[in-house]
Amino acid sequence: MDPLRIVVAKPGLDGHDRGAKVVARALRDAGHEVIYTGLRRTPEEIIRIVEDEDASILGLSSLSGAHGFLFPRVCELLKENGLDDVVVFGGGIIPQADRPALFDSGVRAIFGPGTPTEEFTLFLNEVKSRRMSNKPVGVGFSDGWHWS
Amino acid sequence: MVGIGAEFMAESELVSQASQGSRRALARLLTMIQQGDQESIDSVLSISPVQSIGITGPPGVGKSCLTDCLAKIFADRGERVGVLCIDPSSPISGGSLLGDRMRMEQSGVHDRIYIRSVATRTSHSSIPLRLKAMISALSIAGMDRVLIETVGVGQTEIGIVSMTDSVLLVDGPDRGDIVQAEKAGLLELADVVVVNKGDLPGSEQAAANIRSGLALGPASSVPVMVVSALNRTGIDELVEALVSIQSRPSVEIVKWRHRLSSAIMDELVSRSSFESAVKDLVEGRVSIEQAIQNIIQQ
Repeated sequence: MDPLRIVVAKPGLDGHDRGAKVVARALRDAGHEVIYTGLRRTPEEIIRIVEDEDASILGLSSLSGAHGFLFPRVCELLKENGLDDVVVFGGGIIPQADRPALFDSGVRAIFGPGTPTEEFTLFLNEVKSRRMSNKPVGVGFSDGWHWS
Repeated sequence: MVGIGAEFMAESELVSQASQGSRRALARLLTMIQQGDQESIDSVLSISPVQSIGITGPPGVGKSCLTDCLAKIFADRGERVGVLCIDPSSPISGGSLLGDRMRMEQSGVHDRIYIRSVATRTSHSSIPLRLKAMISALSIAGMDRVLIETVGVGQTEIGIVSMTDSVLLVDGPDRGDIVQAEKAGLLELADVVVVNKGDLPGSEQAAANIRSGLALGPASSVPVMVVSALNRTGIDELVEALVSIQSRPSVEIVKWRHRLSSAIMDELVSRSSFESAVKDLVEGRVSIEQAIQNIIQQ
């Protein structure tokens, strides 16, 4: 089977990428092709990378507190650029109170510190089975579903 | 899996949209080619590919950083540049961590540059299968030049020589004594050699060692330059050297030998009988000689 192509991105002014690298490594070990963007990318740069790499999954990591602006901005740009099928998940320090707004903007899962790496595989399996049964899961199709 | 529009598009439609400048169609076409979709491959191979430069060298010498620099300069000269960055796939999980974009800060969002990270997947070597078709796809999409950054290589991995029109070998300072530069292999086939990290001590000495290593052989006319991708010194001279590469008859035969042998290899390992032969071998049903016959006779 062909591997999934997954972009792991660090949006905004945030120099902490241990978490993003652990996630990238875990996804690699699960057999996927992970494109890591490096630090301090703008939402526009991230969209360009997702498009050029033909990625179907995008992981956003933020520990700076700017997730409330950056994650929805990335989701909005994906939709504007016709990348509605891309599945977005987030990670980092994301307070519970902030999560509903992020889910509303199109983020399908949020993984905090301490998440076992197996959970990514469970999430991706769920994404796959939703796709197979034509249930909406991409950022551009809002039906309220998110991983919990 | 990807692309609501692109997913259901026929190959010919993908090619036509890619040639009209659609980055998404190009991205999707490259995915299809890498997955071995024969119609996609056939739809691009008729075009004569644009000039391609392989950028190779040992791990950690600054290939990605230098590739970034070069792509930006070619694009600033008005060219459209396609960049393929190759990284290894795990032979066990099949996964890959493609990290070249971390070092590609200048060219990552340039409108005239298209960058694609490519994992080696099931290739028998450090060159991914169907790389040639990927270069053709970039050519159809209007690129004027293709840069291919290889995985970090050792002294004998000359696979890239068979895939690209010319080869830039990147080395760094402090990579060993003069005997390293006397050794045969990749060094003899490079069209241009650079010592990157010219801002660090020892780079001029390293270049002098390489020059004296090449001086007595057939590659004595190959330019050996000191550059710093970080400080952007020597880069303009490098670009001039790259655009004025002359083909060397002594290298042509080597290139064609490798092109042919890797094409044969790609053809054989892509056959379905290859995987069943591997299974037969694992289960002890055939000898390796029988397995080879089974693959060839498919």
